[in-house]
Amino acid sequence: MPHTHPETELHNPQSTKPPLDPHLKALENEAIHIFREVAAEFERPVMLYSIGKDSSVLLHLARKAFYPGRVPFPLLHVDTGWKFREMIAFRDEMVEKYDLDLVAHTNPRGASENVTPFTHGSALYTDIMKTEALRQALDAGQYDAAFGGARRDEEASRAKERIYSFRTPDHRWDPRNQRPELWNVYNGMIRKGESVRAFPLSNWTEVDIWRYIQAEEIPIVPLYFAKKRPIVERDGMMILAEDPRLELLPGETKREEVIRFRTLGCFPLTGAIRSHATTLDDIISELETATVSERQGRAIDRDQAGSMEKKKREGYF
Amino acid sequence: MTAPALATAALDETAVALPVQEPARVARDSRPLRLITCGSVDDGKSTLIGRLLWDTKAVKEDQAASLQRDSKGKQNDLGLPDFALLLDGLQAEREQGITIDVAYRYFSTDKRSFIVADTPGHEQYTRNMATGASTADLAVLLVDARVGLLEQTRRHATIATLMGIRQFVLAVNKIDLTNYDRSRFEQISHEFKELALSLGVRQVTAIPVSALKGENVVYDGRAAMPWYEGPTLIEVLELATTRSAQTVGFRLPVQRVSRPGESFRGYQGTVAGGSVKPGDSVVILPSGMVANVTKIVTFDLVRNAAVAGDAVTLVFDRQVDVSRGDMIVAIDSQPMTGLAFDAQLVALQAEGIQPGKRYWLKSGSRRQRVQVQPINQLDLQSGKWNHADELPMNAIGKVHLAFDEQAIFDAYEQNRTTGAFILIDPDTNNTVAGGMITAKRATLGGIHAEDSRVILSLPADLADQLMATEIFSSRREDAEVRRVTAARAIEIIDTIDE
Ligand SMILES: Nc1nc2c(ncn2[C@@H]2O[C@H](COP(=O)(O)OP(=O)(O)OP(=O)(O)O)[C@@H](O)[C@H]2O)c(=O)[nH]1
Ligand SMILES: [Mg+2]
Repeated sequence: MPHTHPETELHNPQSTKPPLDPHLKALENEAIHIFREVAAEFERPVMLYSIGKDSSVLLHLARKAFYPGRVPFPLLHVDTGWKFREMIAFRDEMVEKYDLDLVAHTNPRGASENVTPFTHGSALYTDIMKTEALRQALDAGQYDAAFGGARRDEEASRAKERIYSFRTPDHRWDPRNQRPELWNVYNGMIRKGESVRAFPLSNWTEVDIWRYIQAEEIPIVPLYFAKKRPIVERDGMMILAEDPRLELLPGETKREEVIRFRTLGCFPLTGAIRSHATTLDDIISELETATVSERQGRAIDRDQAGSMEKKKREGYF
Repeated sequence: MTAPALATAALDETAVALPVQEPARVARDSRPLRLITCGSVDDGKSTLIGRLLWDTKAVKEDQAASLQRDSKGKQNDLGLPDFALLLDGLQAEREQGITIDVAYRYFSTDKRSFIVADTPGHEQYTRNMATGASTADLAVLLVDARVGLLEQTRRHATIATLMGIRQFVLAVNKIDLTNYDRSRFEQISHEFKELALSLGVRQVTAIPVSALKGENVVYDGRAAMPWYEGPTLIEVLELATTRSAQTVGFRLPVQRVSRPGESFRGYQGTVAGGSVKPGDSVVILPSGMVANVTKIVTFDLVRNAAVAGDAVTLVFDRQVDVSRGDMIVAIDSQPMTGLAFDAQLVALQAEGIQPGKRYWLKSGSRRQRVQVQPINQLDLQSGKWNHADELPMNAIGKVHLAFDEQAIFDAYEQNRTTGAFILIDPDTNNTVAGGMITAKRATLGGIHAEDSRVILSLPADLADQLMATEIFSSRREDAEVRRVTAARAIEIIDTIDE
């Protein structure tokens, strides 16, 4: 039997997309395999959906993995209440368009104790509104597996994490005692209360994500593309100034700049970059010459050395 | 060629500057080469990969700035940053200056892209090295030029070979600390090539390197080592081959049955060998039922073939009973099915592998109960297989597997997916071993029952020598050995003659 077939792919007449290059194809195959494995082995999987570019790719892969069936688990969005307006609009559009089940959760302490990024500082705010909120939502749904869009190239402690990342009943990650993970044979055995975070995009890089978005024509939040937008400069970051809750501090002024975002999170904690990239081609070529990593724009990752690992040990994604 | 320097505001003056950022044009006409670094503690594995990332411009300015910051106080005599910190991302690793778990990193040159797994050298974390080795195409084995080969070097080389790696780079590192001693390099290379040959590996490239100074990593070290005329590490990596396609017929372990409605029933999984096309007849194992493939469904295309690696959904021409854990295979080239198999494995946890204990075995999407009987353990110093009743942590052993229900495997040599398995301890749920199938075993009372046997009575020293031979130890489990006095031996043999 031949190992390579000259015409492996017969094109769907409706599709105008050229076939994926072998590099992206291998990454896609691996991700689909992980999706199917988790869906088959766990009783209550959920997919963490943060509305960013990685989540968009994750969602697209989930739809592919279970086609022609529906995505067989809900999407969970931990809504801090401080996301970009366009993100929430985009989320609701996707849910509608792809017939998805969405669970959105906001930590009630946000409202009852008035926890905001301005009053509590980025570290404590993230602790309460993201980490604690995620734990609340996972407990409430009794999910035993949660898909996430984390990539190993994002950060040094993530580079160490398994594809099936085991969590204790209180959601802790023990980086010193990870289960061995050989070949693509995943160990999904857990006791009640324990869970697994599964990362189908582990081996993708930022450039892979963008190339895949381009090749597969995946919809993404428009904030990734450059446009003239109102901003204010704070702590060395350009923050989007469109939400009425953002109060200008003494000495700060609002101005317009042509900017875009390389990652999306809570708008007060996410820095924009000056850019004229208005197409995916522009973004990819900008990325190929970029001299700083994508996480530079995120306040929470800069708080302290090893901050990502610390957050993960405490149950943050 | 030497790295052009670029002063960056974020870096302090004593630091080496980042190489100029050039657009990384990634070759995407093949899948990335997967490689691991391995070798003993402190041989410089993480430093080497850190250097590789640095010199291939995979380190961004903000990451370089944190590296400079974190290297403060730990700077070496040369005033260079501690490149290992680019890899050792866990707090515990940074505190202890060692690698605990495998780090996966991604980089590319204009020729190809790479996934590198930097594995720990410490014996206690052998399980994490095995994790990295299981998927690698090539191993970069490091040796400290001042120290030479150690037991841990042998262990890693052996595990890498068992897991199917056939391409090795021997990086004789810290060559700067030997005054670039050529004879030292040649001696270590020679010693390693002998070890490699005994493991059946012919493809070894030995390179003298200084990971710290970046000599013969991406840039050549000719200035310091005019006597070395071979390739740099990156040149070898660019030319290495990815593991070739599996050599057996079509295999698809079924992950899921998809039944979105009455009209559709498909079997989802990743092709683990061979290829399939509509019209092919296939067999479903273990039931043995036959069906014909009518469609290969994917999200955006209906395909006219699927090959190894493709994640697809198959549709058949008839109603058959198929469930998760079954394997769909070529009708003319089927895997082995049976209740007993021989395997080699690496014990990964402190409890080791206990004889007679019942474990879970997972291979592909199939999970079933198994009883494991250790037979031999590899002695790393002598390279000999010694008899063993149990396998301690980090041991490499040969075992018998006995199943309650039909198991389905190919030999690992033939198929790296359908020949591989993990063992899970039902008490802890932890993964306690990684294993590779070598052969199917005739069950007790099977074909060996009728064979004739020979009883030998030998002087103890001669018997010991015989039992130490490769041929004997490889079939140790087939032999019955009893130690008795010479008088008793005569007595026994006499009763046979009667
Ligand atoms: N002089 C010199 N020192 C080196 C070289 N390579 C590594 N080192 C030093 O050797 C020490 C150990 O290096 P690591 O890269 O952490 O070693 P490792 O093999 O990753 O160690 P483990 O992962 O813990 O097994 C560090 O202090 C390095 O700076 C080299 O080529 N020359
Ligand atoms: Mg290391």
